[in-house]
Amino acid sequence: MADEVKKAVDQAENLYGNASSMHGLGREAETVIEIARKQVASLIGCEKGRIVFNSGASESNNTVFNIFRDRIDDKVDGRDRIVTTTIEHPSIIETVKYLKKKGYKIDECPVDKTGRVDMDVMKSLMGSDVALVSVMTGNNEVGTIQPVAEIAKMAHACGAYMHSDATQAIGKIPVDMEGWGVDYLSLSGHKFYGPKGVGVLAIGKGVPYCPFLHGGHQEGGFRAGTYNTADIVGIGVAAELAGKNLKDEHDRLWKMREMLRTGLTAAIPDVVVNGSAKPEEVLPGTLDMSFPCAEGESILLYLDLDGIEVSTGSACASGSLEPSYVLLACGLPVELAHGSIRFSLGRYNTEDDVRYVIEKMPPIIKRIRKMSTRKLPE
Amino acid sequence: MSEQQSFMANWVYTPTVKEHFMHPHHLWDEDEDKDWKPDGVGEVGSLACGDQMRVGIKVKGDKIVDLKWLTYGCASAIASTSMMSDMAIGMTLDQAYHITPTSITNALGGLPEHKFHCSVLGDKALRAAIDDYLKKNNLPNTFQNSIARIICECKNVTDMQIEELVKSGKAKTLEDLQRLTNYGTGCGKCKAKVQDLFEDFKHIYNK
Repeated sequence: MADEVKKAVDQAENLYGNASSMHGLGREAETVIEIARKQVASLIGCEKGRIVFNSGASESNNTVFNIFRDRIDDKVDGRDRIVTTTIEHPSIIETVKYLKKKGYKIDECPVDKTGRVDMDVMKSLMGSDVALVSVMTGNNEVGTIQPVAEIAKMAHACGAYMHSDATQAIGKIPVDMEGWGVDYLSLSGHKFYGPKGVGVLAIGKGVPYCPFLHGGHQEGGFRAGTYNTADIVGIGVAAELAGKNLKDEHDRLWKMREMLRTGLTAAIPDVVVNGSAKPEEVLPGTLDMSFPCAEGESILLYLDLDGIEVSTGSACASGSLEPSYVLLACGLPVELAHGSIRFSLGRYNTEDDVRYVIEKMPPIIKRIRKMSTRKLPE
Repeated sequence: MSEQQSFMANWVYTPTVKEHFMHPHHLWDEDEDKDWKPDGVGEVGSLACGDQMRVGIKVKGDKIVDLKWLTYGCASAIASTSMMSDMAIGMTLDQAYHITPTSITNALGGLPEHKFHCSVLGDKALRAAIDDYLKKNNLPNTFQNSIARIICECKNVTDMQIEELVKSGKAKTLEDLQRLTNYGTGCGKCKAKVQDLFEDFKHIYNK
């Protein structure tokens, strides 16, 4: 969490009044919440009245799918199909699995090897029976950015609504909900140095809505539950900070990412870079690589011992026996998915950190490969 | 990221696991050990689940006098095989054949529950190496049936039988297994257990 955010959250903890109450303390809380609403709205390109605060993007995503589940059940307009992709966040992937089991029609559009939606297939999936199209803005593993505006245009052309989970993209690239023609947009606070457990569902004007949580008039009746004043203030401050430095931060992260990519590729033989190579198609701080013949959890833990924290797509780190579904959806062979490492560079990383990784990583890979039953081709 | 942190306190693994992971014992260094000729070699595991293990043993009389191993695997797999190597060297073939995943994980001070799976490869690879040694030397393999547990009491089907049928490829499906052993055709209580074992062995032997 950013220092400025932490300070704002701590201060807001003193605003004990319930923002829904009419007394003075309550009014004070309401005022700071409305400021936060404005701050978030200006970061994502919508009016402040479109912002609904909640517990995070998982709730936002579930809310949107629930709205369309209802509409399909109620046969509002005869549309009964949802289109999404194979690389969405688990809060959509699992919701889709659940709904499919219940008999709902859902198509998951495949992606190419860089993780970008196959637009020809996407086009073929459109139709007058489509109720909702849901495509994430940027992927959490490979960092690939989707052509959301273009897909929104296709969705609207066939009369469907457009949702995008922008959680990973917020604060990394400009997000323009209205400009892109997105009807519903999800985000979480902690992805841009805001507090955990607070997020937003932004809802376009005049689009279908039904609360996911019933039982209160908060958020204009859009989401029941007592206001989490302090964290809402925090997400507002985080949004303002993210908006302020967006361009510079993007360029700084991309420079470090490229430094890391070229440094590791030069120092380690047989490395595979996952995702797209085009700067306009990748979240700037994300770098996903596979190291053939080396298993991801081992890499992760050896790096951890050197104070370097990364993620892996290996099954061994997931608790299941399945490697990353995102990497498999990109067509990566199982072994490369097991041997994948994702570096996430952020606001508090420096070029010194990158140099440190480039120094520490090659001997680790060499060592793991030496003890491996798998051998690189001579 | 470059900031050094205290890992001991909140590492997912015990200090013993960590120690074996950082400094694995009896690794098979294919450069330095290129003149090291094992008497028996066993390989198990699959890339589908992300781990694979190769164990080589040297045998004198009825004792394992040396053991080396390689793995494509996670920290649990590395640590449990390293621990297994410490345990097995000096053991008789009989003793080594009866090393269980539980005895390895206990020696490691425990593994997270979902990682237990990773420790079943070391002992399996060791057993495969012993099998290989006995076969190469035309010696009778009396161990194979000695560690069998009865899984289906009605039809007297053991875990070893299930393992062997999966390993040999004779039982590709549960239906095959039932046809070959008649498991579960009595009281039927064993069905879930057989199914679990079947899946485990398929996984272990990459079938």
